[in-house]
Amino acid sequence: MSDIPSATRPQRGLANGALAWLGGVAVLPVGGALRLLDPPMRGMQRVIGARRMAYVFLLPNFVFFGLFVFLPIGINVVFSLTGGTALFPSQRPYVGAEQFTYLFDCGSYLDPASCREDHFWRGVANTVKFIVFQVTAMVLFSLVTALVLNKKIRGRGFFRAVYFFPVLLSPVVVALIWKWILQRDGLLNAAITTLGGQKILFFVDPSWAMFWAVFVSVWAHMGFYTLILLAGLQAIPADLYEAAEMDATPRWRVLIRITLPLLWPNMIVVIVLALIKGAQTFDEVFVLTGGGPGTATLMVVQYIYETAFSSQVQNFGLAAAASVVLGVVLFVLTLLQFAAARRKEV
Amino acid sequence: MATTRLSSLLGQRRNGQGRPLHWTDVAAYVYLALGVVLMFGPVLWLVMSSFKTESALLEFPPSALPFAQVEVTVPGQPQKLPLFRVTLPDGTVRQLAQVRRIGLVAQMVDPANPSQQFRVAIDKREPVRHIALATENYSEPLQRFAFLRFLSNSVFVTLVATLITLLINSMAAYGLAVYQFPGKQVATIAVIGTLMIPMTIILVPVYLVVTELGLTNSLWAVILPGAATPTGVFLLRQYMLTLPKDLIEAARMDKASEWQIYWRIVMPLTLPALAVLAIFSIMWRWNEFLWPLAVLTKTEVYTLQIALNAFQGELQTQWHYLLAMTVVTLIPVALVFVFLQRFITTGIGSTGMK
Amino acid sequence: MAELTLTGARKSFGTINVLHGIDLAVKDGEFIVFVGPSGCGKSTLLRVIAGLENVTSGEVHIDGERVTHLPASERGLAMVFQSYALYPHMSVAKNMAFALENMGLKPAEIEARVARAAAMLRLTDYLDRKPKALSGGQRQRVAIGRAIVRDPKIFLFDEPLSNLDAELRVATRKELAALHAKLGGTMIYVTHDQVEAMTLADRIVVLNAGRIEQVGTPLELYNRPSNAFVAGFIGSPRMNFLPAVVMSDDGTLRLSVGEREVALPRAASGLVAGANVTLGIRPEHIDVAPDNGMLAATVDLVEQLGGETFIYASAPGLPQITLREDGQSQFYRGDAIAIRFAVDHLHIFDATTGAALARP
Repeated sequence: MSDIPSATRPQRGLANGALAWLGGVAVLPVGGALRLLDPPMRGMQRVIGARRMAYVFLLPNFVFFGLFVFLPIGINVVFSLTGGTALFPSQRPYVGAEQFTYLFDCGSYLDPASCREDHFWRGVANTVKFIVFQVTAMVLFSLVTALVLNKKIRGRGFFRAVYFFPVLLSPVVVALIWKWILQRDGLLNAAITTLGGQKILFFVDPSWAMFWAVFVSVWAHMGFYTLILLAGLQAIPADLYEAAEMDATPRWRVLIRITLPLLWPNMIVVIVLALIKGAQTFDEVFVLTGGGPGTATLMVVQYIYETAFSSQVQNFGLAAAASVVLGVVLFVLTLLQFAAARRKEV
Repeated sequence: MATTRLSSLLGQRRNGQGRPLHWTDVAAYVYLALGVVLMFGPVLWLVMSSFKTESALLEFPPSALPFAQVEVTVPGQPQKLPLFRVTLPDGTVRQLAQVRRIGLVAQMVDPANPSQQFRVAIDKREPVRHIALATENYSEPLQRFAFLRFLSNSVFVTLVATLITLLINSMAAYGLAVYQFPGKQVATIAVIGTLMIPMTIILVPVYLVVTELGLTNSLWAVILPGAATPTGVFLLRQYMLTLPKDLIEAARMDKASEWQIYWRIVMPLTLPALAVLAIFSIMWRWNEFLWPLAVLTKTEVYTLQIALNAFQGELQTQWHYLLAMTVVTLIPVALVFVFLQRFITTGIGSTGMK
Repeated sequence: MAELTLTGARKSFGTINVLHGIDLAVKDGEFIVFVGPSGCGKSTLLRVIAGLENVTSGEVHIDGERVTHLPASERGLAMVFQSYALYPHMSVAKNMAFALENMGLKPAEIEARVARAAAMLRLTDYLDRKPKALSGGQRQRVAIGRAIVRDPKIFLFDEPLSNLDAELRVATRKELAALHAKLGGTMIYVTHDQVEAMTLADRIVVLNAGRIEQVGTPLELYNRPSNAFVAGFIGSPRMNFLPAVVMSDDGTLRLSVGEREVALPRAASGLVAGANVTLGIRPEHIDVAPDNGMLAATVDLVEQLGGETFIYASAPGLPQITLREDGQSQFYRGDAIAIRFAVDHLHIFDATTGAALARP
């Protein structure tokens, strides 16, 4: 995180020009408003003094933080400790840890069907399964891609762009692109039948649905992780490789003894980031499979969303309790990330 | 930027001159070629499909290009007739228009000579097709659905939210970067702490706050909760810290008020970082899904993403419209990508921000 | 144009005291130079005057008006920064006009002032350029121009020449002196370079460790430093300091320096026999005198500058002694020489406090 300024500092003349222009266009309409604010702000400064103007500058942002982050964190706890269907906290009866005991009431945690709130545990099981496959595939593919892109090949910028562009696509668009290919009469089934196979109903078979959820997620996001690893690879000093070449080290040994160990800090960042994002997986899978067939690809976030907003009875308390649980998991993962980032700096 | 990419493609030979290709180089090119197909292919397929007519979309196996059968006007026939290439019993091949089909036999007519009629077995004829772009897939949703409405909702949300984000984030970043004041530590820690709270886990209470503010089913409900981004504050603050302190003091000596220093000195010098934040904010807002899905329940306030999801979830998915609308949704992102690709990739690579 | 008074100005950052009570009166139209080693508080003192820092205690008055708690933007002063601090996104003209716009002047007036300052500083051809497209010297002039257009009460300079190369520094120094002569404004100038201080100042303020050591005209400081610190700081090469013991005798003052005794033609109060003192003598007041030398010494190093020569010599029991000879010298390393002090120019300082006990 400490290297943000160096990254945002203009790097190439052309890109810099484009950026300054873009920034200018973005700021231009604001410019007028900023000028209008001049006299009142000058008056304000006269009243409270230049030093305290800092608070004036912080105020708007922190009002937003307060309203939409800090306050909700508090309310979330209140929600998770109260019951009923009312939205306003004062109308909700206090139930203590009941929501949590309900959530955690299981015959066996390994068998979602034995739980009272089986959908939540389906979501947990699915999310864990999803994360295991997705993070593994993600790390593997982005590592290979980064290694390949780090070679001195022609058109490297182009290929990097190719792998990267899905990152910018909206999850809905990504899901629809693949839904169109994977549908019953879609491109993939056409290819399968041309090769003499039978059409497969990908979204009816639970295993296939999970496979494609993982696949599409990796397809959409691997470019992002590839870039992080590529940055790590390019930070490895070239003279190390030259030294290895002078020592006539075989390529595979260079990879295993030099490249991978030096890339390890970036790998940890990638793994933890992928874990954090994976735990929050919702949109692509939701649009692609709708959580189905049945609950085969229902994720924790979808469970929270549906429990609170789209089920018959809007159970805010249960949803809040589930998000507190998710929040704790994410918090631990984020601490891991900070630790990893710190180790990277050392 | 296109020219530099082109030159790197064609001009310079990156691997050392005359060095023989190692097998790993070959493998790399094969991997990359496969990657191009796998990454670009689906999007290309989407774009091509979006120009197919409704009937062409139902074809199986699907054709690659958007074909449509040629239709001709034949004198004496009230409607346009589909054109076929027919192999006649004597072995000659002619182009005939089909008047009607009865069972396995088609009654056909020569468009050049309408009085001459043929009876042809249907397996002896092939449709004459031409490439036709079904632009109605794009134009019809504009009239039939509130597509323009969704589009303008998305544009409004994206633009207004980005402007608000740029304004309040840069103000906060300026306050944190330039001043010493009691509580500065706490404020900085609060920003970093906020980085750790994703929207997903405070979905329900934010919904309550938005409801209490009377914003449900208004676009402001989408715009406001995410307007103050900790990422933006952090990014801008880090950049502003690199500005020389002398500049700010020089401006103070030049009788500038603190507000003037902010918008006449610091903001112009922070343009590169502001542009980065603007790009990210546009991406975030344009693609945002879970929160709008939770808070927007009336069709007229749907953003594109929500509308797309609603369409694809209908019982009879109208793929020809859906595909076209998906393409439209994709266009702004594609434009951003084409023009700023190099910058975004280098930026993300070293910030680890998405 | 204004006068400035500091009374008991103290500044501390946390527990670190940077200024220990500064009292100073700057007269209208005066060119004052703050000089001292790095960390002596001279820059902080300038920033306190500018209003960029607030004093912890004490008062600042400009033209008799108390400005102690007035922020920088309201004090009506202009400052030239060491880094120039030109606004990189504004043209030269905009840089100079910025403050005038903030003062609410009419566009025609702004244009006229900028044009006048640009002409004075030979910047007219560069008004549309951005700072990035200027040479170091031009940037420096823009920074000065930005101050001039303001017509400020007091000009403040924070080591403005330190980023220039040696040649340009000398040229700009002369320009600054000419500028002061032309504008006649009150100027306060911070530098660590005593040559700049000597050449530019009406009066020099020597600072050390947050205290004023001495205030005076350049020659006052040079000729009659009030303590060993000022004596050592002003003058290059620096004054020789030799430990000595007072051997008061026959009513005249005699000192033992090393193995020899030196008689001073003047009396000095407060000197008692047996007291330890520090003898100060500038290099140009030491001669090589083969006939009537006071000390025998050995040449360690000879620096021939053509027009003058510096000889570094050592005498037993004494620190290395620097001599300055006019013209060129025929001495070489290892030569035995006899040296002689011009006793009229001897300074005597208290060995512990450094205070001047007897001055020429």
